[in-house]
Amino acid sequence: MWIGEYNFVLQNLVLKDFRIRYRNMSLGVFWSLLNPLVMMAVLTFVFTKVIPNAPSPQFPLFLLCGLVPFNFFTLAWISGTTSLIDNANLIKRVPFPREIIPLASVLSNTLHLLIQIGLLLGLALLYGKSVNVHWLWLPVVWIMEVILVCGLALIFASLNVYTRDIRYMVESASTVLFYLVPVFYFPADSQKFQLLYKYNPLAAMIFAQRFILMEGIAPPASLMWRLSIGSILMLGLGFLVFARLKRGFYNHI
Amino acid sequence: MGAIRFQQVSKIFQRHTGRKLMRQHFRDWFRRSAEHDFYALKNISFQISDGETVALVGRNGAGKSTLLSLVCGLAAPEIGSVQVDGRIAAMMELGSGFHADLTGRENIYLNASLLGFTRDRTRGLYDSIVEFSGIAEFINEPLRTYSSGMILRLAFSVALNLEPEILIIDEVLAVGDQGFQEKCFEKIMEFRNAGKTLLCVSHSAAMVMQLCDRALWLDHGELMMDGKAADVLQAYGGHAVSP
Repeated sequence: MWIGEYNFVLQNLVLKDFRIRYRNMSLGVFWSLLNPLVMMAVLTFVFTKVIPNAPSPQFPLFLLCGLVPFNFFTLAWISGTTSLIDNANLIKRVPFPREIIPLASVLSNTLHLLIQIGLLLGLALLYGKSVNVHWLWLPVVWIMEVILVCGLALIFASLNVYTRDIRYMVESASTVLFYLVPVFYFPADSQKFQLLYKYNPLAAMIFAQRFILMEGIAPPASLMWRLSIGSILMLGLGFLVFARLKRGFYNHI
Repeated sequence: MGAIRFQQVSKIFQRHTGRKLMRQHFRDWFRRSAEHDFYALKNISFQISDGETVALVGRNGAGKSTLLSLVCGLAAPEIGSVQVDGRIAAMMELGSGFHADLTGRENIYLNASLLGFTRDRTRGLYDSIVEFSGIAEFINEPLRTYSSGMILRLAFSVALNLEPEILIIDEVLAVGDQGFQEKCFEKIMEFRNAGKTLLCVSHSAAMVMQLCDRALWLDHGELMMDGKAADVLQAYGGHAVSP
Protein backbone atom coordinates (compact mmCIF):
# COMPACT_ATOMS: atom_id res chain seq x y z
CA MET A 1 0.00 0.00 0.00
CA TRP A 2 1.10 3.52 -0.76
CA ILE A 3 1.26 5.59 2.42
CA GLY A 4 2.27 9.04 1.34
CA GLU A 5 1.13 12.60 1.38
CA TYR A 6 -1.26 13.41 -1.44
CA ASN A 7 -0.60 17.16 -1.36
CA PHE A 8 3.15 16.74 -1.25
CA VAL A 9 3.14 14.63 -4.43
CA LEU A 10 0.74 17.00 -6.14
CA GLN A 11 2.91 19.96 -5.24
CA ASN A 12 6.08 18.30 -6.47
CA LEU A 13 4.52 17.24 -9.76
CA VAL A 14 3.14 20.73 -10.37
CA LEU A 15 6.52 22.25 -9.56
CA LYS A 16 8.15 19.79 -11.93
CA ASP A 17 5.90 20.93 -14.78
CA PHE A 18 6.59 24.60 -14.03
CA ARG A 19 10.30 24.10 -13.89
CA ILE A 20 10.54 22.02 -17.02
CA ARG A 21 8.38 24.45 -18.93
CA TYR A 22 10.11 27.64 -17.94
CA ARG A 23 13.66 26.74 -17.12
CA ASN A 24 14.90 26.56 -20.68
CA MET A 25 13.00 29.56 -22.01
CA SER A 26 14.46 33.00 -22.32
CA LEU A 27 11.07 34.73 -22.36
CA GLY A 28 9.63 32.53 -19.62
CA VAL A 29 6.14 33.41 -18.46
CA PHE A 30 5.96 36.23 -21.03
CA TRP A 31 4.70 33.57 -23.44
CA SER A 32 1.53 33.29 -21.40
CA LEU A 33 0.82 36.96 -22.18
CA LEU A 34 1.83 36.88 -25.80
CA ASN A 35 -0.76 34.40 -27.00
CA PRO A 36 -3.89 36.19 -25.71
CA LEU A 37 -2.47 39.57 -26.76
CA VAL A 38 -1.88 38.41 -30.33
CA MET A 39 -5.29 36.74 -30.52
CA MET A 40 -6.90 39.86 -29.12
CA ALA A 41 -5.14 42.08 -31.64
CA VAL A 42 -6.01 39.87 -34.62
CA LEU A 43 -9.67 39.40 -33.70
CA THR A 44 -10.09 43.09 -32.91
CA PHE A 45 -8.60 43.94 -36.29
CA VAL A 46 -10.94 41.52 -38.07
CA PHE A 47 -14.13 42.53 -36.28
CA THR A 48 -13.58 46.28 -36.15
CA LYS A 49 -11.73 46.92 -39.42
CA VAL A 50 -12.24 44.06 -41.88
CA ILE A 51 -15.86 43.31 -41.08
CA PRO A 52 -16.91 46.11 -38.71
CA ASN A 53 -19.42 44.14 -36.73
CA ALA A 54 -18.12 44.00 -33.16
CA PRO A 55 -20.75 42.92 -30.61
CA SER A 56 -19.43 45.37 -28.04
CA PRO A 57 -17.89 48.87 -28.18
CA GLN A 58 -15.19 47.66 -25.79
CA PHE A 59 -14.36 44.75 -28.01
CA PRO A 60 -10.82 43.95 -26.74
CA LEU A 61 -12.11 43.57 -23.19
CA PHE A 62 -15.13 41.61 -24.45
CA LEU A 63 -12.75 39.29 -26.29
CA LEU A 64 -10.38 38.79 -23.40
CA CYS A 65 -13.29 37.82 -21.14
CA GLY A 66 -13.75 34.92 -23.56
CA LEU A 67 -10.15 34.18 -24.46
CA VAL A 68 -8.83 33.80 -20.92
CA PRO A 69 -11.19 31.01 -19.84
CA PHE A 70 -11.05 29.44 -23.29
CA ASN A 71 -7.24 29.36 -23.38
CA PHE A 72 -6.93 27.75 -19.99
CA PHE A 73 -9.69 25.31 -20.83
CA THR A 74 -8.09 23.98 -23.99
CA LEU A 75 -4.46 24.06 -22.79
CA ALA A 76 -5.25 22.27 -19.55
CA TRP A 77 -7.66 19.83 -21.20
CA ILE A 78 -5.10 18.79 -23.83
CA SER A 79 -2.17 18.55 -21.44
CA GLY A 80 -4.35 16.70 -18.95
CA THR A 81 -5.40 14.24 -21.64
CA THR A 82 -1.84 13.34 -22.59
CA SER A 83 -0.54 13.44 -19.01
CA LEU A 84 -0.74 9.71 -18.27
CA ILE A 85 1.00 8.75 -21.50
CA ASP A 86 3.63 11.44 -20.96
CA ASN A 87 4.34 9.94 -17.54
CA ALA A 88 4.30 6.32 -18.70
CA ASN A 89 7.52 5.59 -16.82
CA LEU A 90 5.86 6.58 -13.55
CA ILE A 91 2.78 4.44 -14.23
CA LYS A 92 4.97 1.45 -14.98
CA ARG A 93 7.38 1.80 -12.11
CA VAL A 94 6.16 3.84 -9.18
CA PRO A 95 3.06 2.81 -7.24
CA PHE A 96 1.40 6.06 -6.20
CA PRO A 97 -2.22 7.18 -6.69
CA ARG A 98 -2.58 7.62 -10.44
CA GLU A 99 -5.20 10.33 -10.38
CA ILE A 100 -2.57 12.76 -9.12
CA ILE A 101 -0.97 12.86 -12.58
CA PRO A 102 -3.83 14.44 -14.58
CA LEU A 103 -4.74 16.67 -11.65
CA ALA A 104 -1.17 17.97 -11.40
CA SER A 105 -1.09 18.53 -15.12
CA VAL A 106 -4.20 20.71 -14.97
CA LEU A 107 -3.03 22.59 -11.90
CA SER A 108 0.34 23.35 -13.45
CA ASN A 109 -1.53 25.28 -16.13
CA THR A 110 -3.09 27.55 -13.52
CA LEU A 111 0.04 29.69 -13.67
CA HIS A 112 -0.94 30.63 -17.24
CA LEU A 113 -4.44 31.29 -16.01
CA LEU A 114 -3.22 33.55 -13.21
CA ILE A 115 -1.01 35.57 -15.53
CA GLN A 116 -3.80 35.95 -18.06
CA ILE A 117 -6.21 36.92 -15.29
CA GLY A 118 -3.74 39.66 -14.39
CA LEU A 119 -3.88 40.83 -18.00
CA LEU A 120 -7.67 40.71 -18.01
CA LEU A 121 -8.03 42.71 -14.80
CA GLY A 122 -5.42 45.19 -16.03
CA LEU A 123 -7.36 45.71 -19.24
CA ALA A 124 -10.63 46.12 -17.33
CA LEU A 125 -9.07 48.88 -15.22
CA LEU A 126 -7.65 50.44 -18.37
CA TYR A 127 -11.17 50.65 -19.76
CA GLY A 128 -12.17 52.63 -16.72
CA LYS A 129 -13.95 49.82 -14.91
CA SER A 130 -13.62 50.17 -11.19
CA VAL A 131 -13.07 47.46 -8.65
CA ASN A 132 -16.34 46.64 -6.95
CA VAL A 133 -17.80 44.07 -4.62
CA HIS A 134 -19.04 41.92 -7.51
CA TRP A 135 -15.44 41.14 -8.42
CA LEU A 136 -15.57 38.71 -5.51
CA TRP A 137 -17.50 36.43 -7.87
CA LEU A 138 -14.48 36.14 -10.14
CA PRO A 139 -12.50 33.67 -7.99
CA VAL A 140 -15.60 31.47 -7.84
CA VAL A 141 -15.73 31.40 -11.63
CA TRP A 142 -12.03 30.55 -11.93
CA ILE A 143 -12.11 27.85 -9.26
CA MET A 144 -15.11 26.26 -10.97
CA GLU A 145 -13.24 26.30 -14.24
CA VAL A 146 -10.27 24.47 -12.69
CA ILE A 147 -12.68 21.93 -11.18
CA LEU A 148 -14.40 21.42 -14.52
CA VAL A 149 -11.13 20.84 -16.38
CA CYS A 150 -9.87 18.49 -13.65
CA GLY A 151 -12.95 16.36 -14.25
CA LEU A 152 -12.43 16.38 -18.01
CA ALA A 153 -8.73 15.61 -17.65
CA LEU A 154 -9.46 12.57 -15.47
CA ILE A 155 -11.92 11.20 -18.04
CA PHE A 156 -9.91 11.87 -21.17
CA ALA A 157 -6.52 10.96 -19.72
CA SER A 158 -7.77 7.52 -18.75
CA LEU A 159 -9.48 6.99 -22.11
CA ASN A 160 -6.31 8.09 -23.88
CA VAL A 161 -4.42 5.21 -22.27
CA TYR A 162 -6.68 2.73 -24.03
CA THR A 163 -7.06 4.53 -27.34
CA ARG A 164 -4.42 7.04 -28.26
CA ASP A 165 -6.62 8.82 -30.79
CA ILE A 166 -8.47 10.47 -27.92
CA ARG A 167 -5.73 13.06 -27.86
CA TYR A 168 -6.42 14.11 -31.46
CA MET A 169 -10.10 14.10 -30.78
CA VAL A 170 -9.57 16.51 -27.89
CA GLU A 171 -7.36 18.75 -30.01
CA SER A 172 -9.95 18.93 -32.78
CA ALA A 173 -12.72 19.49 -30.28
CA SER A 174 -10.77 22.43 -28.84
CA THR A 175 -10.53 24.08 -32.25
CA VAL A 176 -14.23 23.57 -32.89
CA LEU A 177 -15.12 24.88 -29.43
CA PHE A 178 -13.46 28.19 -30.19
CA TYR A 179 -16.33 28.87 -32.60
CA LEU A 180 -19.11 27.18 -30.66
CA VAL A 181 -18.38 28.90 -27.39
CA PRO A 182 -19.14 32.65 -27.40
CA VAL A 183 -15.51 33.79 -27.27
CA PHE A 184 -15.80 36.56 -29.87
CA TYR A 185 -19.54 36.97 -30.26
CA PHE A 186 -22.73 37.13 -28.30
CA PRO A 187 -25.54 34.69 -29.14
CA ALA A 188 -28.38 36.61 -30.80
CA ASP A 189 -31.07 34.65 -29.01
CA SER A 190 -30.10 33.08 -25.71
CA GLN A 191 -33.21 30.89 -25.78
CA LYS A 192 -31.95 29.07 -28.85
CA PHE A 193 -29.25 26.40 -28.78
CA GLN A 194 -29.60 26.00 -25.05
CA LEU A 195 -27.20 23.08 -24.91
CA LEU A 196 -24.43 25.29 -26.25
CA TYR A 197 -25.14 28.49 -24.40
CA LYS A 198 -27.24 27.69 -21.40
CA TYR A 199 -26.03 24.34 -20.14
CA ASN A 200 -22.41 24.68 -21.20
CA PRO A 201 -20.23 25.54 -18.20
CA LEU A 202 -17.50 27.06 -20.38
CA ALA A 203 -20.01 29.45 -21.98
CA ALA A 204 -21.40 30.20 -18.53
CA MET A 205 -17.91 31.24 -17.37
CA ILE A 206 -17.53 33.63 -20.26
CA PHE A 207 -20.98 35.16 -19.64
CA ALA A 208 -20.27 35.46 -15.94
CA GLN A 209 -16.98 37.28 -16.53
CA ARG A 210 -18.69 39.71 -18.91
CA PHE A 211 -21.40 40.45 -16.39
CA ILE A 212 -18.85 41.09 -13.66
CA LEU A 213 -16.14 42.93 -15.56
CA MET A 214 -18.01 44.74 -18.32
CA GLU A 215 -21.35 45.53 -16.76
CA GLY A 216 -20.12 45.72 -13.19
CA ILE A 217 -23.00 43.62 -11.90
CA ALA A 218 -23.24 40.28 -10.17
CA PRO A 219 -23.87 37.35 -12.51
CA PRO A 220 -27.42 35.92 -12.28
CA ALA A 221 -27.72 33.30 -9.57
CA SER A 222 -29.12 30.74 -12.01
CA LEU A 223 -26.00 31.12 -14.18
CA MET A 224 -23.69 30.55 -11.22
CA TRP A 225 -25.70 27.55 -10.11
CA ARG A 226 -25.53 25.92 -13.51
CA LEU A 227 -21.83 26.65 -13.73
CA SER A 228 -21.03 25.28 -10.26
CA ILE A 229 -23.23 22.20 -10.46
CA GLY A 230 -21.97 21.37 -13.96
CA SER A 231 -18.33 21.67 -12.90
CA ILE A 232 -18.68 19.68 -9.70
CA LEU A 233 -20.65 16.94 -11.45
CA MET A 234 -17.92 16.75 -14.08
CA LEU A 235 -15.27 16.28 -11.39
CA GLY A 236 -17.34 13.56 -9.76
CA LEU A 237 -17.83 11.82 -13.09
CA GLY A 238 -14.09 12.17 -13.72
CA PHE A 239 -13.20 10.34 -10.52
CA LEU A 240 -15.75 7.62 -11.28
CA VAL A 241 -14.47 6.99 -14.79
CA PHE A 242 -10.87 7.10 -13.63
CA ALA A 243 -11.48 4.64 -10.81
CA ARG A 244 -13.17 2.31 -13.28
CA LEU A 245 -10.42 2.48 -15.91
CA LYS A 246 -7.23 2.68 -13.86
CA ARG A 247 -6.98 -1.05 -13.31
CA GLY A 248 -6.00 -1.52 -16.93
CA PHE A 249 -3.39 1.26 -17.12
CA TYR A 250 -0.44 -1.02 -16.50
CA ASN A 251 -1.42 -3.39 -19.30
CA HIS A 252 -2.06 -0.66 -21.84
CA ILE A 253 0.83 1.70 -21.26
CA MET B 1 5.02 -6.24 9.31
CA GLY B 2 6.17 -7.28 5.89
CA ALA B 3 4.24 -10.21 4.54
CA ILE B 4 3.37 -11.09 0.96
CA ARG B 5 0.78 -13.64 -0.09
CA PHE B 6 -0.01 -14.84 -3.62
CA GLN B 7 -3.00 -17.11 -4.08
CA GLN B 8 -3.34 -18.77 -7.47
CA VAL B 9 -2.31 -15.63 -9.24
CA SER B 10 -2.33 -15.31 -13.01
CA LYS B 11 -1.34 -12.20 -14.90
CA ILE B 12 -2.65 -12.07 -18.44
CA PHE B 13 -1.57 -9.63 -21.10
CA GLN B 14 -3.29 -9.21 -24.41
CA ARG B 15 -0.98 -9.44 -27.37
CA HIS B 16 -0.92 -6.40 -29.66
CA THR B 17 -2.55 -4.03 -27.22
CA GLY B 18 -1.79 -0.41 -27.88
CA ARG B 19 -2.14 -0.82 -31.62
CA LYS B 20 -5.82 -1.49 -31.52
CA LEU B 21 -8.06 0.13 -34.03
CA MET B 22 -11.54 1.30 -33.11
CA ARG B 23 -13.03 -1.67 -34.92
CA GLN B 24 -11.11 -4.09 -32.72
CA HIS B 25 -12.13 -2.21 -29.61
CA PHE B 26 -15.76 -2.63 -30.54
CA ARG B 27 -15.26 -6.28 -31.31
CA ASP B 28 -13.57 -6.86 -27.94
CA TRP B 29 -16.35 -5.04 -26.23
CA PHE B 30 -18.86 -7.65 -27.32
CA ARG B 31 -16.88 -10.81 -27.07
CA ARG B 32 -13.66 -11.28 -25.25
CA SER B 33 -11.53 -13.79 -27.09
CA ALA B 34 -8.83 -15.79 -25.42
CA GLU B 35 -6.74 -16.31 -28.53
CA HIS B 36 -4.61 -13.21 -27.88
CA ASP B 37 -4.08 -13.93 -24.21
CA PHE B 38 -0.57 -14.26 -22.99
CA TYR B 39 0.05 -15.59 -19.50
CA ALA B 40 2.95 -13.68 -17.96
CA LEU B 41 2.28 -15.54 -14.72
CA LYS B 42 0.36 -18.77 -14.47
CA ASN B 43 -1.32 -19.91 -11.28
CA ILE B 44 1.34 -18.77 -8.84
CA SER B 45 0.91 -19.37 -5.12
CA PHE B 46 3.40 -18.67 -2.40
CA GLN B 47 3.70 -16.90 0.88
CA ILE B 48 6.52 -14.80 2.22
CA SER B 49 6.36 -14.05 5.90
CA ASP B 50 7.76 -11.13 7.81
CA GLY B 51 11.53 -11.02 7.83
CA GLU B 52 12.18 -13.53 5.09
CA THR B 53 14.76 -12.86 2.41
CA VAL B 54 13.74 -14.23 -0.94
CA ALA B 55 15.37 -14.20 -4.34
CA LEU B 56 13.58 -14.55 -7.66
CA VAL B 57 15.55 -16.41 -10.28
CA GLY B 58 14.76 -17.34 -13.83
CA ARG B 59 15.60 -16.51 -17.41
CA ASN B 60 14.76 -13.25 -19.15
CA GLY B 61 11.05 -13.03 -19.74
CA ALA B 62 10.24 -15.64 -17.11
CA GLY B 63 7.88 -13.24 -15.33
CA LYS B 64 10.13 -11.99 -12.54
CA SER B 65 9.50 -8.30 -13.08
CA THR B 66 5.80 -8.90 -13.62
CA LEU B 67 5.68 -10.65 -10.26
CA LEU B 68 7.45 -7.72 -8.62
CA SER B 69 5.04 -5.25 -10.19
CA LEU B 70 2.15 -7.21 -8.68
CA VAL B 71 3.80 -7.09 -5.29
CA CYS B 72 4.28 -3.34 -5.59
CA GLY B 73 0.68 -2.81 -6.58
CA LEU B 74 1.59 -1.42 -9.99
CA ALA B 75 -0.48 -4.02 -11.74
CA ALA B 76 -3.49 -6.03 -10.69
CA PRO B 77 -3.78 -9.78 -11.33
CA GLU B 78 -6.51 -11.00 -13.69
CA ILE B 79 -7.00 -14.15 -11.64
CA GLY B 80 -6.23 -14.85 -7.99
CA SER B 81 -5.33 -12.50 -5.19
CA VAL B 82 -2.24 -10.69 -4.02
CA GLN B 83 -1.98 -9.53 -0.44
CA VAL B 84 0.80 -7.34 0.82
CA ASP B 85 1.17 -6.01 4.34
CA GLY B 86 3.80 -3.41 5.01
CA ARG B 87 5.47 -0.40 3.51
CA ILE B 88 7.28 -1.19 0.30
CA ALA B 89 10.33 0.44 -1.21
CA ALA B 90 10.86 -0.76 -4.72
CA MET B 91 13.96 -0.26 -6.76
CA MET B 92 12.59 -1.42 -10.05
CA GLU B 93 14.17 0.69 -12.66
CA LEU B 94 16.63 3.34 -11.74
CA GLY B 95 15.39 6.85 -11.35
CA SER B 96 11.94 6.13 -12.76
CA GLY B 97 10.54 9.28 -11.26
CA PHE B 98 13.55 11.36 -12.19
CA HIS B 99 13.53 14.11 -14.75
CA ALA B 100 16.62 15.24 -16.61
CA ASP B 101 15.85 18.95 -16.45
CA LEU B 102 15.40 19.02 -12.69
CA THR B 103 18.33 19.40 -10.32
CA GLY B 104 19.43 16.62 -8.00
CA ARG B 105 17.75 18.37 -5.11
CA GLU B 106 14.43 18.80 -6.93
CA ASN B 107 14.57 15.19 -8.04
CA ILE B 108 15.09 14.00 -4.47
CA TYR B 109 11.97 15.85 -3.35
CA LEU B 110 9.90 14.63 -6.30
CA ASN B 111 11.06 11.04 -5.96
CA ALA B 112 10.63 11.01 -2.20
CA SER B 113 7.06 12.25 -2.48
CA LEU B 114 6.22 9.64 -5.11
CA LEU B 115 7.71 6.88 -3.00
CA GLY B 116 5.51 7.90 -0.10
CA PHE B 117 7.65 10.11 2.13
CA THR B 118 5.76 12.86 3.92
CA ARG B 119 6.90 16.45 3.54
CA ASP B 120 8.41 16.57 7.02
CA ARG B 121 10.26 13.30 6.67
CA THR B 122 11.71 14.37 3.34
CA ARG B 123 13.03 17.58 4.87
CA GLY B 124 14.39 15.68 7.82
CA LEU B 125 16.07 13.02 5.72
CA TYR B 126 17.29 15.31 2.95
CA ASP B 127 20.78 15.80 4.36
CA SER B 128 21.39 12.14 5.02
CA ILE B 129 20.13 11.24 1.54
CA VAL B 130 22.56 13.67 -0.05
CA GLU B 131 25.36 12.50 2.20
CA PHE B 132 24.72 8.85 1.39
CA SER B 133 24.71 9.59 -2.32
CA GLY B 134 28.11 11.25 -2.05
CA ILE B 135 27.37 13.78 -4.78
CA ALA B 136 26.67 16.81 -2.62
CA GLU B 137 28.68 19.16 -4.79
CA PHE B 138 26.50 18.52 -7.87
CA ILE B 139 23.18 18.51 -6.07
CA ASN B 140 22.04 21.81 -7.59
CA GLU B 141 22.99 20.83 -11.13
CA PRO B 142 20.39 19.48 -13.55
CA LEU B 143 20.26 15.71 -13.74
CA ARG B 144 21.15 15.61 -17.42
CA THR B 145 24.69 16.61 -16.49
CA TYR B 146 25.03 13.52 -14.24
CA SER B 147 26.66 10.28 -15.25
CA SER B 148 24.51 7.15 -15.04
CA GLY B 149 26.46 6.11 -11.97
CA MET B 150 25.62 9.36 -10.24
CA ILE B 151 21.92 8.99 -11.08
CA LEU B 152 22.03 5.51 -9.63
CA ARG B 153 23.56 6.83 -6.44
CA LEU B 154 20.82 9.38 -6.08
CA ALA B 155 18.02 6.91 -6.78
CA PHE B 156 19.43 4.41 -4.34
CA SER B 157 19.95 6.93 -1.62
CA VAL B 158 16.32 8.03 -1.75
CA ALA B 159 14.85 4.53 -1.82
CA LEU B 160 17.14 3.12 0.86
CA ASN B 161 16.33 5.93 3.24
CA LEU B 162 12.60 5.27 3.07
CA GLU B 163 12.95 2.70 5.87
CA PRO B 164 10.57 0.24 4.28
CA GLU B 165 9.25 -2.96 5.77
CA ILE B 166 9.62 -4.69 2.43
CA LEU B 167 12.55 -3.91 0.17
CA ILE B 168 12.31 -4.89 -3.47
CA ILE B 169 15.38 -4.85 -5.66
CA ASP B 170 15.17 -5.60 -9.36
CA GLU B 171 18.67 -6.26 -10.61
CA VAL B 172 19.98 -2.76 -10.15
CA LEU B 173 22.94 -3.22 -7.87
CA ALA B 174 25.08 -4.10 -10.85
CA VAL B 175 25.67 -0.46 -11.81
CA GLY B 176 27.67 1.93 -9.68
CA ASP B 177 31.29 1.76 -8.72
CA GLN B 178 32.81 -0.71 -6.28
CA GLY B 179 32.74 1.68 -3.35
CA PHE B 180 29.10 2.62 -3.72
CA GLN B 181 28.06 -0.96 -4.38
CA GLU B 182 29.62 -1.98 -1.11
CA LYS B 183 27.89 0.88 0.68
CA CYS B 184 24.51 -0.20 -0.71
CA PHE B 185 25.20 -3.80 0.06
CA GLU B 186 26.00 -2.87 3.62
CA LYS B 187 22.77 -0.91 3.89
CA ILE B 188 20.79 -3.82 2.46
CA MET B 189 22.44 -6.22 4.90
CA GLU B 190 21.46 -3.81 7.65
CA PHE B 191 17.83 -4.13 6.52
CA ARG B 192 18.14 -7.84 6.44
CA ASN B 193 19.59 -8.02 9.92
CA ALA B 194 16.91 -5.69 11.21
CA GLY B 195 14.41 -8.39 10.31
CA LYS B 196 12.90 -6.69 7.27
CA THR B 197 11.48 -8.57 4.33
CA LEU B 198 13.63 -8.58 1.23
CA LEU B 199 12.60 -9.64 -2.25
CA CYS B 200 15.18 -9.38 -4.98
CA VAL B 201 15.81 -10.37 -8.56
CA SER B 202 19.36 -11.18 -9.41
CA HIS B 203 21.28 -13.07 -12.02
CA SER B 204 24.29 -13.19 -9.77
CA ALA B 205 24.34 -16.46 -7.85
CA ALA B 206 26.86 -15.05 -5.39
CA MET B 207 24.61 -12.16 -4.50
CA VAL B 208 21.58 -14.40 -4.10
CA MET B 209 23.51 -16.66 -1.74
CA GLN B 210 24.73 -13.73 0.33
CA LEU B 211 21.44 -11.90 0.63
CA CYS B 212 18.73 -14.52 0.53
CA ASP B 213 17.79 -17.63 2.44
CA ARG B 214 15.03 -18.66 0.13
CA ALA B 215 14.55 -18.56 -3.63
CA LEU B 216 11.68 -18.85 -6.09
CA TRP B 217 12.44 -20.09 -9.59
CA LEU B 218 10.16 -18.87 -12.34
CA ASP B 219 10.11 -20.18 -15.89
CA HIS B 220 7.63 -19.15 -18.59
CA GLY B 221 5.40 -17.66 -15.94
CA GLU B 222 5.25 -20.79 -13.85
CA LEU B 223 6.68 -21.38 -10.42
CA MET B 224 9.16 -24.23 -10.97
CA MET B 225 10.60 -24.44 -7.50
CA ASP B 226 10.35 -22.79 -4.11
CA GLY B 227 12.93 -23.67 -1.51
CA LYS B 228 16.27 -22.96 0.07
CA ALA B 229 18.36 -20.57 -1.99
CA ALA B 230 21.20 -23.06 -2.42
CA ASP B 231 18.91 -25.88 -3.60
CA VAL B 232 16.97 -23.68 -6.01
CA LEU B 233 20.13 -22.20 -7.48
CA GLN B 234 21.53 -25.64 -8.02
CA ALA B 235 18.39 -26.87 -9.74
CA TYR B 236 18.10 -23.70 -11.80
CA GLY B 237 21.79 -23.80 -12.73
CA GLY B 238 21.50 -27.45 -13.75
CA HIS B 239 18.42 -26.70 -15.80
CA ALA B 240 20.02 -23.75 -17.56
CA VAL B 241 23.06 -25.75 -18.59
CA SER B 242 21.27 -28.86 -19.79
CA PRO B 243 19.79 -28.64 -23.28
